[in-house]
Amino acid sequence: MPPPLVSLDHITRRFGTLVANDDVSLAVQRGEIHALLGENGAGKSTLVKILYGLIQPDNGTISLDGTALRVGSPQQARAAGIGMVFQHFSLFDNLTVAENIALVLPATAGLKRLDQRISAIATRYGLPLDPQRPIWSLSAGERQRVEIVRALIQEPRVLVLDEPTSVLTPQEATTLFATLNRLKAEGKALIYISHKLEEVRGLCDRATILRAGRVVATCDPKAYSAHALGELMMGRDIGAVRPPSGAAVGAVRLRLNQLSLAAPDLHGVSLHDITLEVRDGEVLGVAGIAGNGQSELFAALSGESRTLADAIVIDGHAVGDQGINRRRALDAAFVPEERNGHAAVGAMSLADNLFLSRHALPGLLQHGVIDNNALRARTVEVIAGFDVRTTGPEAAARTLSGGNLQKFVVGRELARQPRLLIINQPTWGVDALAAAAIRQAIVELATRGAAVLVISQDLDELYEVSDHLCALAHGHLSAPRPAAELDRSAIGLLMGGANQFAAEAAHVG
Amino acid sequence: MSSVFFQAVAATIIASSIPLILAAIGELVAERSGMLNLGVEGMMLMGAVCGFIGAYFSGSTLIGALCGVAAGMAMAALYGLLTIGFAVNQVAAGLALTIFGQGLSGLVGAHFVGLKRDGAPHLHLPWLSDLPYIGHMLFGEDGFAYVAVGLVAGVAWFLRYSRAGLDLRAVGDNPASAHALGMPVGGIRLKAVLFGGACAGLSGAYLTLAYTPFWSPGLSAGRGWIALALVVFASWKPWRVVLGALLFGGATILQLQAQALGIRLPSQMLSALPYVVTILALILLNLRRNRGSLTPAALGLPFVADT
Amino acid sequence: MSVSPWRFKLVTRANPSRALVLLAPVLAVALALVFGALMILALGKSPLQAFDVYFAQPLADPFSLAEIVVKASPLVMIALGLAFCYRANLWNIGAEGQFVIGGTLGGGIAVATHGMTHMTFWILPTMLVVGMVGGALYALIPAVLKVTLGVSEILVSLMLVYVAQLNLDYLVRGPWRDPKGFNFPVTAGFDTAATLPPLWPGGAVHSGVAITVLLVIIMAVVLARTRFGFAVRTAGLAPRAAGFAGFEHRRLTLALFALSGGLAGLAGVVEVSGVINQLQPSISPGYGFAAIIVAFLGRLSPVGILVAGLVLALTYIGGEAAQIAMKLPLDLTTAFQGVVLMCVLAADVLTHYRLTIARRAS
Repeated sequence: MPPPLVSLDHITRRFGTLVANDDVSLAVQRGEIHALLGENGAGKSTLVKILYGLIQPDNGTISLDGTALRVGSPQQARAAGIGMVFQHFSLFDNLTVAENIALVLPATAGLKRLDQRISAIATRYGLPLDPQRPIWSLSAGERQRVEIVRALIQEPRVLVLDEPTSVLTPQEATTLFATLNRLKAEGKALIYISHKLEEVRGLCDRATILRAGRVVATCDPKAYSAHALGELMMGRDIGAVRPPSGAAVGAVRLRLNQLSLAAPDLHGVSLHDITLEVRDGEVLGVAGIAGNGQSELFAALSGESRTLADAIVIDGHAVGDQGINRRRALDAAFVPEERNGHAAVGAMSLADNLFLSRHALPGLLQHGVIDNNALRARTVEVIAGFDVRTTGPEAAARTLSGGNLQKFVVGRELARQPRLLIINQPTWGVDALAAAAIRQAIVELATRGAAVLVISQDLDELYEVSDHLCALAHGHLSAPRPAAELDRSAIGLLMGGANQFAAEAAHVG
Repeated sequence: MSSVFFQAVAATIIASSIPLILAAIGELVAERSGMLNLGVEGMMLMGAVCGFIGAYFSGSTLIGALCGVAAGMAMAALYGLLTIGFAVNQVAAGLALTIFGQGLSGLVGAHFVGLKRDGAPHLHLPWLSDLPYIGHMLFGEDGFAYVAVGLVAGVAWFLRYSRAGLDLRAVGDNPASAHALGMPVGGIRLKAVLFGGACAGLSGAYLTLAYTPFWSPGLSAGRGWIALALVVFASWKPWRVVLGALLFGGATILQLQAQALGIRLPSQMLSALPYVVTILALILLNLRRNRGSLTPAALGLPFVADT
Repeated sequence: MSVSPWRFKLVTRANPSRALVLLAPVLAVALALVFGALMILALGKSPLQAFDVYFAQPLADPFSLAEIVVKASPLVMIALGLAFCYRANLWNIGAEGQFVIGGTLGGGIAVATHGMTHMTFWILPTMLVVGMVGGALYALIPAVLKVTLGVSEILVSLMLVYVAQLNLDYLVRGPWRDPKGFNFPVTAGFDTAATLPPLWPGGAVHSGVAITVLLVIIMAVVLARTRFGFAVRTAGLAPRAAGFAGFEHRRLTLALFALSGGLAGLAGVVEVSGVINQLQPSISPGYGFAAIIVAFLGRLSPVGILVAGLVLALTYIGGEAAQIAMKLPLDLTTAFQGVVLMCVLAADVLTHYRLTIARRAS
């Protein structure tokens, strides 16, 4: 058997006391798509950053074609034939497509014929691009094409893709798989990171599973069920979320009447004529790919962006022109997507972070001065009630792991027993245990009679918690339909904007 | 009014716009890399005093100018150490640099206050300078004017067409992405800051070697700040710096020629004119700001690689 | 360019080190003293002698101590407001102008009521209020331009310093000049009714100092224990989280500029009515800029600012003494203050990051 095209052998890398990679080995053959699986924090990112030269390992070697080589920088990685498609795009919004691509080429490469080279790659792999458009004007799917073309233009032999489908509709993902299979047929070695285990089983030839920085298994993913792969990743069985008990659906708690909102800035998305209802005891799931107006919709719902008063009605009160605290006073609670810097302030204590969303409600101020004892007591309640692993209410928010901080910010809102919960990407970047706990809490809140609106990019999650589903595409929302009646391909089409015939026609034309 | 009068007016406008062009074009490059250096005034003052001392002892305007450039760069290096090396808040570090420059320039120049030397010679370009009417106006300047225009042209070309310019713009747009691609974010930013310092130093040297031409403490009189405003006014586009500088030069001329034009206003009001014009210019610019602004997305934001 | 095999790296600390938070400013001042000594050596003087004149002698002399307190008062008062602004990431750097405007407007009342003998009790309180309101309104110019048009508050507030100074210069040389003043560009001396009484009869410390101490206490409580203080802290640490908390950034911007401008204006009128007792072309040796240093040296906390204000006031008094005793130029003080600020900022990094030395992979 020939040596593998690329191999990482006995890689160890420590950050302080944390061992991010502990004696990790990984080998990929020509024409192989190799999955790298593991929970958040398992060490996948560190490993591929080492391969791409962004991090130096403390121990271990990298070999190409059986020859050890040192990868001291991304430039050296690219020169050796290693390409990378980042999960959070490493693109420059204000530069054009061609300029973004030129940045990874040697300085001596002529920029004049770059457009032709881009077109050549684009045609060969079915990735159409206009080289002269600025990045900010592109959709998430188009941006990913730029990332991939930028990696391919260097004719890499090894290509790393970090969660490439997290920003794609199911249909777009299928197109991407066709491109990846063509690369595989050309004899390239692909390392593929994903959380979507079904996808990995369909696409990948082999899988290496990391847990807490160590390799726990190397296997053929097709020989395992997704559930079994999940168990390998987590080291234990995660029980499924108990489905909604079908609680009696009550009165309309939240109503949106033709909510429209212009994009706040150049890079934002406008919302168009969004109409929906959420009733007590019901969970409405809003599907959609990142960048289709989710943040803007959340901002409008929370009051961080203002609309016409009548556009948003909570419990019979028109609040579209009111701030977030007026809405909280109507028993509404909000959990934004971003934990750090939006839902919580990393540098502040958990107690201060509780004050952040509760200060306008009664109980925490006495004669205008913060009642530290009451604040502490409320914080301890949340920590205990939601199993937040921390040293106490004085701990700075940034010392908590992602999952624990998310449990805290969700718990902070749920402990109030809200009648309406608006939550955006409830389990983004959270470990499976915490994610299951959060989803369970959402379902139970609805069972107790609250109305819940969940915005998420994760279809599995939405099917787990929702009674009704709809999709947000280019700022338009499809009509909600019962989750049981809507299969994945149907919702996928809606996520791609299939319900806006006019917009679609304009796009194609 | 005679053409001689207009030529004199034009010459004064150009002369008073040169220090602004020089300082602003340097700051523009620094800002396009994401570095907001509020220390321009301090760098200018150090350039002014060191330029004067260099020329005083060497007798050469060129050596003086080089001393000014070196002083500006040394100050910029200090700023770079703080903001790039220690991730200090850029606004605070820039203010510190200005305060330090004001004090240090006074200290260094204490023995040179009131000393005089001849202003930089005006270059006579054969044929061009002899053109009727506009010849003297456009081609009768000292070397600094030509350097200033050359710098603007060079910077415009560099940012638009060169690969290093592309790297610099990328770093100013998204330093995290630039780092992920393996670009030396800190190094690129440091070079941009040093270039800004060199230009500010040259601008200061122009003041003591050609414009006044002597040293007195604090003689930059807020020109460093006006240059900062000019970069905003120019929407980070190099040639607009020239346009803006001429406008401010016009405000200065009004101040000097008001008497001749028969305008009777308190001198303090005329002295305040450049500052008021700066504020008005910023207001007007923001009233009609369009989508095409080149404001660097990462301007003023520190970058610390987390790996 | 040669590359050293070692490189410094900053690693974020999860919890800022408590000891370093207190130690950093001390380290910074020590480091600044080293640089100060180098500057004095370069001037051909003895650093030891200079430090003695600069720092030791004023502290040993009761008269100088009183002067330090009087000089620290405006620095602390201005820095209190600036600290709130800077914590919220708002950059009012025009406190010098707001100070001058406060002094000018408050002093204007003293000029207008000069010679009044009956019913004069209202003059001093009115001066203080007018000076404060004037400073607040002047600071609101950049704030309003920022929230309505997005104009840089840094540049506008700074430009307005020059305008305020020229305005005062015009007034004292023109309409407000004392006709009996031998053509000196000064106003008439203020009447007793327009001057701040000393803290105790015959004392060298005016009662404005008491206002400053009171303000330190109030601002410390406001910052640590009220919703407004919480909003200020949140706005600077995480603007989006502040929005999530329901704090409106525009209103906060206006409030903080009004607050910092008001305190600077109050400091200005206290200075003219408590120390100078007339208006003259320059009423500030750069207090508005030095207060920026005080704010940072005090770590943007009210109590820290009180200490930092005294330290910086010492450099002013010491600087004057050194000029007389050792012929050291006054610019040395400004340069030294700049060095202090740079050292404070650099030392601050130690509380947020760990400085590690990594070997370059070779």
